[in-house]
Amino acid sequence: MASKLLRRVLIVSDRSPRPSSRSLPGFTSSRLFSSSNSQPLPATASSPPPPPTTVDPPSSSSASKFGSKIRNDSVRSSIKDPELAKFSAIADTWWDSEGPFKPLHLMNPTRLAFIRSTLCRHFRKDTNSARPLEGLKIIDVGCGGGILSEPLARMGAVVTGIDAVDKNIKIARVHADLDPGTSNIEYSCTTAEKLVEEQRKFDAVIALEVIEHVANPAEFCKSLSALTTPGGATVISTINRSMRAYATAIVAAEYILHWLPKGTHQWSSFLTPEELALILKRASVSVKEMAGFVYNPLTGRWSLSDDISVNFIAFGTKDGQ
Amino acid sequence: MNRLLARRFAGNSCLVRVPWRSFCDAAAVNSGTAQAKHAEKQRLTSHSEEYDVAIVGGGMVGMAVACSLASMSLTKHLNVAIIDSNPALVNGITIKKEDPPDPRVSTVTPATISLFKEIGAWEYVQQHRHAYFDKMQVWDYTGLGYTRYNARDVSKEVLGCVVENKVLQSSLLSCIQNADIRKTVFPARLTSMNLNPSSIPTELNGTSSTSPWRGFARLELSDGTCIHAKLVQVGADGSKSNVRELSGFKTTGWNYAQNAIICTVEHTVENNCAWQRFLPSGPIAVLPIGENFSNIVWTMSPNESSELKSLTESDFIKSVNHALDYGYGPHPKSSSARDGDLSWFGAGLTSSAGEGFTVPPRVVRLASERMVFPLSLKHANSYVAKHVALVGDAAHTVHPLAGQGVNLGFGDAFALSRVIGEGIAVGSDIGEVSLLRRYEAERRPANIVMMAILDGFQKVYSIDFGPLNIVRAAAFNAANYFSPLKRNIISYASGEQRLPLFT
Repeated sequence: MASKLLRRVLIVSDRSPRPSSRSLPGFTSSRLFSSSNSQPLPATASSPPPPPTTVDPPSSSSASKFGSKIRNDSVRSSIKDPELAKFSAIADTWWDSEGPFKPLHLMNPTRLAFIRSTLCRHFRKDTNSARPLEGLKIIDVGCGGGILSEPLARMGAVVTGIDAVDKNIKIARVHADLDPGTSNIEYSCTTAEKLVEEQRKFDAVIALEVIEHVANPAEFCKSLSALTTPGGATVISTINRSMRAYATAIVAAEYILHWLPKGTHQWSSFLTPEELALILKRASVSVKEMAGFVYNPLTGRWSLSDDISVNFIAFGTKDGQ
Repeated sequence: MNRLLARRFAGNSCLVRVPWRSFCDAAAVNSGTAQAKHAEKQRLTSHSEEYDVAIVGGGMVGMAVACSLASMSLTKHLNVAIIDSNPALVNGITIKKEDPPDPRVSTVTPATISLFKEIGAWEYVQQHRHAYFDKMQVWDYTGLGYTRYNARDVSKEVLGCVVENKVLQSSLLSCIQNADIRKTVFPARLTSMNLNPSSIPTELNGTSSTSPWRGFARLELSDGTCIHAKLVQVGADGSKSNVRELSGFKTTGWNYAQNAIICTVEHTVENNCAWQRFLPSGPIAVLPIGENFSNIVWTMSPNESSELKSLTESDFIKSVNHALDYGYGPHPKSSSARDGDLSWFGAGLTSSAGEGFTVPPRVVRLASERMVFPLSLKHANSYVAKHVALVGDAAHTVHPLAGQGVNLGFGDAFALSRVIGEGIAVGSDIGEVSLLRRYEAERRPANIVMMAILDGFQKVYSIDFGPLNIVRAAAFNAANYFSPLKRNIISYASGEQRLPLFT
């Protein structure tokens, strides 16, 4: 029983480790960050609560992909040189595979294995190649510190990473420059909707663990679809609105173990696989493959499975040629 | 021929991943001054010397890593640097057929053989002297027990193959030389290593923030070269590993207060069986090495070893024959076990052994010098850190009891390159600890089990105490008569099973 609980909690913890700050100012607007442009903004977002007087130290916001993502108090001004060293330190935390993001680092290869195999099949790429995604333009929506963008770039893709939080983008930029194989990633602090306005197109659009935090998932999916070239691919991962997800992602992680701040996830805003498939269909994306992620606490490894009752990932293709 | 000159491979064009990368063949710091000058020029003009993998120590295990990387489709694009001051890596190893076998040999297990076949190195081994053996006899000086193993017990052709280390080395060298992978040999020693150059400004281009190598480990070599690598592998820089010390890995271990004498001897007949007899001060092993030659590994106290080393050849041979025959104690009774002290044990079990005790062929001549080296056990508490992975003797030194040392090292080499391939498949940074931990998780438990078994053997046999001798003998006989146990022991010794006895 305990191990089961642990497993659930680990599933959750991977997704959104607890920021060291419990109070999350502006949290209620979190579901809006990606759709703020295409949607009339609710009062909370258009006039955000005054930024906290004491801004969290960088390390605390960096400690949470989610935490930083939802804080719209991020500085828009370009960063000063002395700040660079600070962001470099943050990047180290974000990228510390033994640090707060350890579970995410552990899960990453599994997500990438799914993306690799589905994209290779769809775009008829050689799976034996070290750079199978060569020639594909891919956008990572909600890239955070770039944990997904960098491997995609190493696999040969031309990657654009976007995040609504400026800090994340700075962190991602600094870290990607460490490796010549990832230094060509284009990072930008923007939203999917803005890129739609700019009429940008990508062969594959990937938004992992983002849709449960947007205000209007249907609109968000439309934006993702609009960014996808006809015949291109859209990949989305999220949490199922199941009782198991409620018990693990919310009750256990937020209320029992306090791994996440209370209210991090709202169960009602989760999507079931069927709902996701439906709203994607309405956005002219047909879901072709779906898989669940399962954590094995004994080996500490994640694996793909048919069990989509908690964490799942969906691969779809944009209709039309 | 055997020159692994750091060539600038045509393959440089294959998968050059980033435009600014410029490859330098400075490694060709060959003896020739013209070349050295050329290299110097190259070094000055090149922006960097940047590698995906730097292998420190081009011994057998280090070369196996390189060969294995070259053999897999996901890793063959990697740019590999091999750092070793051994001139053989540049000049090649010449092996003369007529020379008697070198006393430094390894017993490679069937598992290692199949890995060698996979990477295409075994064909080179087969061109040189090597000796398969399909029988093994283990007994002890008390005369109470013995075991004979036969490859047939596990429906195998062979139990292992004895190969001179220089043959393994040169085979791997030929293999990597003919492989389509970018590699550069640096005939130098590693003098310093900085695993986290991002924290200090690199004097190369002044500001650390613009240094393109911040995600790399920085290695300085004894010839003044400086290279950068994503992953540093410590292969055969051996049990006194420089890199292990430089990167602060801690080790656990102890000395056995035992030395081993190794040498090559000649019989009048061909030997095709591996022999091991446990004597009061340590085991003596006789391994076939082809033709009428055998290799002797004799473990004993340091005092005894210096005595034996200073004996005349004929006296030494006399001692060897004595140790393999009636020395220290009687022959064990043959398998029927119908009489005497072991009937209490053997009566219930039908003999699956069938073969009786045999005395090894007599040694008639010493065919090499006698070499003495001390034995110790050493195990790194951790195999990996960011940008570093330890393999082979750098990670573990074991008692040479069953000739398993190098097989563990080869196991490491192949496991590591496989993990690197898995990482590349999903776009991981190959220097990341989270990826390297998978290598550690796979190899460390396996190595610990083997080390514990060998260490246990050593401990059990280093005590001469009546009751214990009987228990030991009983265990031997159990192993001889109880075939599932025997099969497991053989499979484990062949390197094919993870856990002994529990399958």
